Amino acid sequence: MSASLIANVVIAGVLTGLVYGLMALGLSVIFGVVRVVNFAHGEMMTIAMYAAVLLFGAFRLDPLLAALPVAALFFALGYALQAGLINPFITRPEHSQFILLVAVAAILTNVLLMVFGPDARNVQTDYMLDSWAIGQVLFDKARVYAALAALATAAGLFSFFRYSRTGTAIRACADNHLGALIVGLNVKHLYALTFGLGAACVAVAGCMMTLLVEVAPSVGPSYTLLAFVIVIVGGLGSMPGALLGGVLIGASEALAGLFIDPSAKSMFSFGLLILVLLLRPQGLLGRKP
Amino acid sequence: MALLAVRALSKSFRGLRAVSGASFDVSEGGLMALIGPNGAGKTTIFNMAAGVYAPDEGEIVFAGRRIDGLRPHQICAAGIGRTFQIVKPFAGLSVLDNVIVGALQREPRVPRARALALGILEKLDLAAKQDLPASSLTLPDRKRLEVARALATGPRLLLLDEAMAGLRPTECDQLVAVFRELNRGGLTILLIEHVMRAVMALARQVVVLHHGEVIARGAPAEVVRDPAVLECYLGEDAEV
Amino acid sequence: MRAGALLAVLAAALVALPLAANSYFLSVATLVLYFAYTGQAWNVMMGFAGQLSLGHSLYVGLGAYAAAALFTKFGVGPWAGMWLAMALCVAAGVAIGLLAFRFGISGVYFALLTIAFAEFTRIGFDHIGWLGGPGGLFLKIEGRKTFDLANLRGGQTMFYYVMLALAAGAFALCAWLLRSRAGYYWRAIREDEEAARALGINTFRWKLLAVAISAAMTSLAGVFFAFYYNNLFPEQIFHISQSIEIILGPIVGGIGTLFGPILGAAMLTALADALNNLVAAMGWDIPGVKQVFYGVILLLVVVFVPNGIWPPLAKRLGLGRGS
Repeated sequence: MSASLIANVVIAGVLTGLVYGLMALGLSVIFGVVRVVNFAHGEMMTIAMYAAVLLFGAFRLDPLLAALPVAALFFALGYALQAGLINPFITRPEHSQFILLVAVAAILTNVLLMVFGPDARNVQTDYMLDSWAIGQVLFDKARVYAALAALATAAGLFSFFRYSRTGTAIRACADNHLGALIVGLNVKHLYALTFGLGAACVAVAGCMMTLLVEVAPSVGPSYTLLAFVIVIVGGLGSMPGALLGGVLIGASEALAGLFIDPSAKSMFSFGLLILVLLLRPQGLLGRKP
Repeated sequence: MALLAVRALSKSFRGLRAVSGASFDVSEGGLMALIGPNGAGKTTIFNMAAGVYAPDEGEIVFAGRRIDGLRPHQICAAGIGRTFQIVKPFAGLSVLDNVIVGALQREPRVPRARALALGILEKLDLAAKQDLPASSLTLPDRKRLEVARALATGPRLLLLDEAMAGLRPTECDQLVAVFRELNRGGLTILLIEHVMRAVMALARQVVVLHHGEVIARGAPAEVVRDPAVLECYLGEDAEV
Repeated sequence: MRAGALLAVLAAALVALPLAANSYFLSVATLVLYFAYTGQAWNVMMGFAGQLSLGHSLYVGLGAYAAAALFTKFGVGPWAGMWLAMALCVAAGVAIGLLAFRFGISGVYFALLTIAFAEFTRIGFDHIGWLGGPGGLFLKIEGRKTFDLANLRGGQTMFYYVMLALAAGAFALCAWLLRSRAGYYWRAIREDEEAARALGINTFRWKLLAVAISAAMTSLAGVFFAFYYNNLFPEQIFHISQSIEIILGPIVGGIGTLFGPILGAAMLTALADALNNLVAAMGWDIPGVKQVFYGVILLLVVVFVPNGIWPPLAKRLGLGRGS
């Protein structure tokens, strides 16, 4: 097993991991602020992937460009979902929230199944088979573009939360719900905004993902779980943590696939989740719960 | 004879010294109040006595046995009951069931625990409400329920954490009467309190804490005139 | 005593059912009882002790594989095999509980932990060639006409009565537990763990007990599953959808109540079956339609009747609290 093979695998894993990280970032933002366990996160990702596939099929629109309208759409839908359906559940017991989103997830997955059928679909852009070579190491063009888009989106989100008034207000809500209410912040609106932003992240991640893998209705649940593993490993409430977690999971899954067995990849992720939950539940970069 | 002896107790949280070398004794059958401004360390001492945390230094001796470092359920088994500053009823259970939970500590069999619980509800004037869900009680009644529940475990010492908080003066007086009655029956009581009305009416001994240290102790009337106490509550140039 | 009378009528109806019903109806009824049983088992952990487990498929799967392996590899019958199944599941449950409670994991994190263990095991079993791997483990089906209770080989009626016995046993056990010291302590822990500790309750031990009992009960469902369906696939039995199906009954019916899981299981299974028939009749045989309806029903229940359907129903029927 040559060093260049390992390097290629790790690089591919890291690049894919950045896209995973963006998806997880969406979850981190939602969970970190609204404190809702978005069990439908993977399904949202799947829908975004289908949207990219459809736009490509109909208009030959490159997923990198499709990301913009899809993200806008998802923002609106996410806002509506939170404000309309999820909001009353924030004060309800956790199992109620879970079931609500489990139900939403089940509905979404099966509507997709009804509309698209069970077979996998994908996107075929011109550059998907190209790569750049630096010595013996290969960088797949599609992966690099996807990773760059993910980074750009993440950077945009960071700056929003860091520098804008609304972003600061949202962070205030996350820190102290009651305090935010007292100070007069429109918490319901801010929560919906946050959910919308999280959904937009997922939308971009989903569009990027179509450059890397194919989509079928059944992939939803595994993305949901993957997102949670990344968020917990990276640290709840930490945006850089989500990206870092994504990269780590992406790389380790790729390596596990290479050294152990491709189908044991997710087993590794779950094992890691268990370890992190037990030994360092705040994750790598998160604050102590 | 001291039922509870606190000796040179110290506790720090991340470098901040919450309690520093505090010592005092609560005699059997006594009724003592811990007072002091916010942040003085009263609740920290309480929580150490209740097993929520272990002290960094010092010891707590109850009925001749060291209890510092024991966990809350072991403290209860040793004979110390406690109430919480913000009442914590078992909201989904009935008033009677709440007290039965406490009584099961003393009487493991449910029918006997039930009888014991009923008796305690009678004592605290809550018997008429026994089947109501605990969540439907008013605040004064919730406080009584909290006391009833702790009482059901058969404690020798009862720790009351700001029991008067949120009560109107008449409600406060009623609760004071309940505690006085319990104390007359032999229960030792140690309470944290900000409401002076209750402290003056109830306590026979007062310990004053400030910045984690004991600055005065004695009968209420003396302590209230102590210049050190006045200074910490009212500032330097205060007069009686 | 209205509750008692109602119960007696229900029991009589259930015992007499095979006389009146055809094989298909019996199979649906068996399924209802299966989910009523697993719902009760799960309820002990969640409804009583307040610990949300979304990985109960772990115990179904372990129980099933343990009993099936003993039967196919060593010829050990289910009545002996079930003891290993229970022991294995109790060990797994206690291990998870020990790790979680020692490290203070609760709420969402605990639920995620249970999912992670179930998923980990699912993928793990896919790699155990000795137990069939992803291709599955199969039991030989000796004709449905035999009545071999010792080896659980027989027709629909036999399985129906076995499941009925299990469900009745679970109901009786839960009723007894609820009224016992354990029941009071668990409910106290569920309501407010800190207050419970202040009343002398060793919450760590009692939570572990709830987990152990829940796991043991669920393992028997696994044993039944193995001998009823005669085939086991890791992808299916350890899958998160199994865990979700288990919790649907109690959640729709009413967590923490005795009749809730039964009512919920009955309603959901009947609904699913009706939907199946409706969809087939209408020619809408597109995969996914049934699940969408299912999801919508679940959504409606959780939004409008959050405590489950049994509590308001019980009130209407004039039955006391705690049923």
